[in-house]
This record gives sequence, structure tokens and C-alpha cells, in this order.
Amino acid sequence: MLDTGIISIAAYLPRLRLARQAIVNANKWANPALASLAKGHRTICTHDEDSLTMGVEAGRNCMAATPGFSADLVQFASTTAPFADRANAVILAEALALPADLRCADFAGFQGCGVTALIDALENGRPTLTVAADKRVARVASAQELTLGHGAAAVATGTRNPIARFVVAHCTSVDFVDHYRAAKAQTDYLLEERWVRDEGHIKLAPAAIKAVLQKAAWQAGDADHVIIAGVGRNVARQIADLCAIAPDRLADTLDASCGETGSAHALIMLCHVLERAAPGQKILLANVAQGCQTLLLETTDAIAAWKSDHTVRQQLDSGVEDENYLRFLSFSEQIDVDWGVRAERDNRTALSAFNRHRKAVTGFIGGLCTACGARQFPKGQYCVNPECRQSDALVDEPFQHKTGTVKSYTEDWLAVTTNPPLRYGNVSFDDGGVIMMEFSDFEPGQLAVGTPVRCVFRIKDRDPRRRFHRYFWKAAPLSMMKAR
Amino acid sequence: MAQGIRDKVAILGMGCSRFGERWDCSAEDLIAESFHEALADANIDRDQIDAAWFGLAMDEQNLGKSALSLSHALRLPNIAVTRVENLCATGSEALRGAVHAVAAGAADIALALGVEKLKDTGYGGLPERSRGTFNDLWQPGATAPGSFAQFASAYMARYDLKMDTLKEAMAHISWKSHENGSKNPKAHLRRRLSKESILAAPMVAYPLGLFDCCGVSDGSACAIVASPEMARRLGRTGDLVSVKSIQLSLSNGSEMSHNSWDGSFARTTRIAAQKAYREAGISDPLRELDLVEVHDCFSITELVTMEDLGLSRPGQGYRDVLEGKFDADGEVASNIDGGLKCFGHPIGASGLRMVYEAYTQLLNRAGDRQLVRPKRALTHNLGGFPNNNVCSISILGMLGD
Repeated sequence: MLDTGIISIAAYLPRLRLARQAIVNANKWANPALASLAKGHRTICTHDEDSLTMGVEAGRNCMAATPGFSADLVQFASTTAPFADRANAVILAEALALPADLRCADFAGFQGCGVTALIDALENGRPTLTVAADKRVARVASAQELTLGHGAAAVATGTRNPIARFVVAHCTSVDFVDHYRAAKAQTDYLLEERWVRDEGHIKLAPAAIKAVLQKAAWQAGDADHVIIAGVGRNVARQIADLCAIAPDRLADTLDASCGETGSAHALIMLCHVLERAAPGQKILLANVAQGCQTLLLETTDAIAAWKSDHTVRQQLDSGVEDENYLRFLSFSEQIDVDWGVRAERDNRTALSAFNRHRKAVTGFIGGLCTACGARQFPKGQYCVNPECRQSDALVDEPFQHKTGTVKSYTEDWLAVTTNPPLRYGNVSFDDGGVIMMEFSDFEPGQLAVGTPVRCVFRIKDRDPRRRFHRYFWKAAPLSMMKAR
Repeated sequence: MAQGIRDKVAILGMGCSRFGERWDCSAEDLIAESFHEALADANIDRDQIDAAWFGLAMDEQNLGKSALSLSHALRLPNIAVTRVENLCATGSEALRGAVHAVAAGAADIALALGVEKLKDTGYGGLPERSRGTFNDLWQPGATAPGSFAQFASAYMARYDLKMDTLKEAMAHISWKSHENGSKNPKAHLRRRLSKESILAAPMVAYPLGLFDCCGVSDGSACAIVASPEMARRLGRTGDLVSVKSIQLSLSNGSEMSHNSWDGSFARTTRIAAQKAYREAGISDPLRELDLVEVHDCFSITELVTMEDLGLSRPGQGYRDVLEGKFDADGEVASNIDGGLKCFGHPIGASGLRMVYEAYTQLLNRAGDRQLVRPKRALTHNLGGFPNNNVCSISILGMLGD
């Protein structure tokens, strides 16, 4: 029987990092105790990112590292998915330009949904892409506002040349209410921290860890890497201690410059571990969430040849610091900024038109003229090359993986955006084609003609009345990814 | 090539409302204001008009979609009236319809009227509108200043200029428009400005500052045209201003999606200009044109237009501007009435407003801003965005000259 395991894994951390000190400075008048959490940074989504866009980026990175991988199943796990009843996994699959012949599933409901989805995929054995992402929102001036982060991870699993073999999983399910978010609420309600620790986490996790180790006949000391997610760094240490796990085996909880990323966090930590793991190493992963979800993995020889282009370490080191707390609140729609009369325009989406052009918009598929070779977006009936203009000669041409350069640009303070100025301009693609696109992840003053760019899947527009997010592709600096 | 319309149509009369924030007026009032002046100038009876073309680009909250509002407002005698809309070239489109009808012999006397009542929309700048069900899904929420601002980045890159140099030339253009507009009693903005204050203005869309942008105004302009023979039959014995050419060129999507255009000029302007010069019999525009009214929606647009019209060599427009080549006392006066920048820009009226100034100058009626005996004038509209636009060019002169 073939081994089932992880074929590839990738994380996505948004580029912006809010200095925790900025949150403390803004809120210490109300809660001076926040000062104890003022160190470091947390990841934050910019105005056009959400759990789905982060998931797409993680998914792209993961797929890019496994050429030829073809998923039968696509899973999206999040407690902050943009749609409650529109399969986010299907949007994800279409954004990744995957064929329609596959099964999609959304996982949600609790902070263990990411690991649960991964365990399902590993136990199932079918080629699966599992993506977990969360953009959790905390109450203003709460401790959670400092400790949370935004992020995503994607894992390709199956039997073809895994980098880590799946050994066994074990889950416990206990309705221990350490926090909860009521249906339709934006933020969590948290319970008393020491009770949560003493009566909850350090009782639930060790039992589950011991059970999974016993299933595999492993000793606690066998694990080279131990990932304990869903709890803070200190509680993780206490759990490890109770399980006789040496502190030096504990994986980085990534709180210094990331924050706790919800249902994605265990997978981001796992990604960070696998990026540095050697062949033949044993990994224990435990995620504490209404019980505990655990699994064991063992790296294979294939891990030596596997290489990620955008490691967690690189992403942690290449963030852009932001100190604008009010802007952060605006990005998460916690304050209502007056964007003027232009923002009053009704943004209802013609869903019939969206359906007609779904492939172009979500998958960023344009056209290639078979008569003259001109690439173009959107794909039309006639070729756009003024020297050609041939009809019926265009075939599908994917644009999402292309790179290009800025041909012209502006920073527009009049246009409506929740992150002024709106940056847009013409992008000239390296192998042909020109598209007027929005720029994202550029700071004011960074754009110039000739700047190299790549494409990212982002929120194009929000319809505040009907809560329908439109997504499209934007041009982001290529240098960021290179730096990563 | 078709014969063209050169000297087949004369202008009997023109009118133009005062442009500006016309809180005192409805759109119908503005229509009446320009029509009243044109009718008196043409010295005809309203019932002698055979057909009318009504230019209204975006202000549907005042007047609605059809041409009925013009027919109602002027109590026209149940004649054919057509509404036209082609972005900022709308007023010129109305004139094109009227002129073509007369040139074809389908009408003896035709009316072209353009109006826009923008200030009732509540917007500073042009209103936000949907761009269409598909375009809204992918195109950036670009504004007019943001779209035209890209001329600057592309121009700078093509000619390897420093932005400071380009900004200085752009400031000169805005300064000139304010100087010219200060002498125009119908202009929206009549205050003179220093170049320093223009350069220090807040940014609207990089690199366009506030004073690089034209005013958004309420206003109306109107022309009554007839064949030269009809003009004589009506007793007109003096000089007649005639239409030498009207040409229209529209983007076909290649600027937007193909790399054969670098973004530093308007392809349609170059094409329309060549056709217009040919139709009007002009071989050397710099020598043969005395004034131009160009679409200076933004200062950078006027700069690149000077090159597109062949009045400056490619890449030399900024030098010519700084040397005063297009000032009131320069080689070819550009926007002597203040242009869109200061006369104002009520979209549907602008093309006809430009023709109004050309007509006024050619008849030596321009008062303080009158040029010395101009004989040929060109008007130019650039509607839409540089990468997707409608360009209209008209050339006017004295009949038989």
C-alpha cells in the first residue's frame, strides 16, 4: 500500500504588520494592562484581503511547488469565510483555475477546522488540496486584538511522493467553552484566562497527545518536532512539560511577528517545521480547540529535494510595518470612515454577467490569438492587435501566473477606495498583453514605469448593502515575492 | 476619399451661456440662455429650424434620456430632434449631426445644442457611474484625473524627463488658462494664479494637483447652421464662418489591451487630426492655424495634444509650452478663452463652447481676449480615457478663404 502524506505545504502571511505598540498606544487610556503585550508585530490583512484571498495565495504557492499535482478534492477551512452560503472552496478552486470535475468542501465552526480538514484528507488518501485561512476580528482594545494575526496555509496531500508520511491521528471533542463567537457576531467572547489554562487546555491536550502517541507506539521523546497550536507559548510549554516533551522540541508558536492565525495556525506552524525538517524526522502536531486534534507525521527522503519559494521565515522577515491603528480598524470595518458621496454609488453585481465572465474574472483567463500570437484581456471575438483583428482565432490564455511591468500609473486621491490613494495603471505583460489594473501592496511613491509586478487575487469591490464581495486580480510588486 | 464637408456649411449664429456653478438655473434655463443668443445672432425665426441635435452626456437626473427635453424646453415646432452622447465629444457630435444634415441637403437649417447641469448631482468632479456589468467586475474604479494622469508617467518615461520639469510645463499651461480665463466674462474661473500656487496645490491624482484639473461646470452652448446658399437667401451679406472639417476617431481597444501604444500620446487625436487637415486642405498646421481650442481636461492632456496635433514635435511639447509658444501672444494661441480649465467643462456643451470661441474670434468679437485677425481655428475634444477614447476635431474658417 502506498503511503499517504503531505506532498507540499505553503503558508501565506499578509505583507502588513501592525506594531503591537501602536495598538497599546491607542488604547492604554482604557486598559493600561495591555502594555504587557506591546512587544512585536501581528499580521494584518490590507483593505482588499480576506480569508479567501489569503487562501488563494497559499494555495497558489503550494501548487507551484508540486508540478503535476491534480486534486480530486479541494477543502477550505475558516471561521471567517466571506460567504456563509456560497461555497468558498468552489471560489478557491475557480481562482486556482482548477477543472470543475472535483469535490469541494467548506470546513468551519471552530478553531480546529483546519487541522480537522487536513486529517480528513490524510485519512482519505485521495489527492486533496486543503486550505485553511482566518482573518479574525477582535474587540477594540481587547488583549485578543494584540495576540491574533491573519494568515493562511495550504497543504497538498495524497500518495504521490510525499515529503511527510501520515502515521496516525487522534481527536478528542470536548465542549470546553474557552471562548465563543455567536452566530453573526463579529468578535469573540473570552473567558477568564487562568481558568481556561488550568481547567481546560492543560488537561485536554496532554490526554490527547498521550493517546495519539500510544496509537503509533511512539514515546514522547521520539518526536523531533512538536507543534502545539491553539494556545499561547507559555501554555504550550506547560503542555509539553506535562507530556515529558523536551522544550527544545517545541516548534515556534510564531507569536513574535505573526500572532495567532486561528484555524490556519497549526498548518502554518507545520509548514514552518517542514521547511526546516530533515528526512526521517518525526513530527507531532496538536491543536487545542474544543478538545484536541492531533496527528503524527514522519518526513521522507523526498523532503530533501522539496523546496518552498516563499518560506514562513522569509515571509516573517519581509513584512512591512504599519503603525496606523485607525486604518487597521477601518480595514476590518470596525470604524465607519466617511468616504464621501462617491462611495454612495450602488454596487449591485449583475450575477448573470458575472456567471458569463466567471472564468475571466475569477480565474483571470484572457485570450491568445492563434493567428498573430497577441495576448489580450479580456478575450473578445476579434483580436485586439491593430495589425491582425482576426475573428474566431482566440483561445484561452491564463494570466494569473504572468509577470509584467508598470507601463503607466497614478495614485488617485479622488477615486473611491478604503485605502487611499487608489493605485492603478496599465501593466504590460512580459509575453504580451496590456491590462489596466489596480495595484496592491505598493506604498504611495513606490510605483514607477518599468516596476516589475506579479498578479494577486484580491477583493475588487465590496457591496456594503448586499455583502457581496467581488474578487479580481491586481498587480503587486514582484520584489516582495523575490525578497521572500 | 469622400468629398468631405469643407465649406458646405456655414454658421448662422451661435450662443453660449455663462459657465459655472449655476445654482440659479435649471438645465432648461441654460438651454434657453444659449439658444436665445444663437437665435438672435442667426436672425431667424425658431420655426425655420428643420432639425436639431441635442448633446447631453451624463446629466440624466435633470433631463432624462431622450431629446424630448430640448424639444419641450425650446417649444420646437414638432421637428426631428436627436439626442447624442459620446463622452466629452458630445457637443461636437451634436454639431456633426447638424452639419452633416445640412451638407447632405436633408435640412436647410439645423440646430446643435449641448448642455450639462452637473452641479445638481452633488459631486465635486464628475459623478460616479457604473461602467457596465462586465467592466465593473474587473476594471479599476478609475476617475478622469487618475486616467489622464497616466499620460504624465508614460510621457516622462518615453522622453526620459524628470517629473519636476514636466510639472513646470504643466503649471505653465494652467497658469496660461487662468490668465486667459480672467478676460472672459462667461468663464467659470476668472481668478489669475501664480505658477507657485499651482505647483503647491494638493494632489488629486499623481502627478496632477488641484490646479492641473479643469472645472466641472453647468453650462450650455448652441450653433445654428445652414448651407452658404441658404445663408445668402436669408440676407446674410457679410463674412460667414464656415465648417472646414469635422472628424471623429474612436479607440478600438488596442490602446487598452495591446502594446502597440505606449501611453504617452492619444492615438485617436493623431488620426482625427490627419483626417481633419486633409478635409480642410491644411498642410502645415503650425502656420495655417491661428488658434486652437483643445481638450485641456488636465494640463498634461493639453501638453500631449500639442504634439498629437502636429503643433509641437514629439517630445518637444513641454519645451514649447515653457517657451510660450501657445500663450495668447504665442505662435498659435491655445485655449484663449480659458479652456476647459477655466471656461469650465459642462460635458455635453464643451465641444460647442470651443466652436463658439473659434466663431467669436474669427468674427473679431472676443473683446479683451481678441486675437489679431485669426483666419483658421481648430477645436479638439478627447472623451473617455487616454487608453479608450473618443476624439473629435473640427476646423473652422471664413467661407471661401
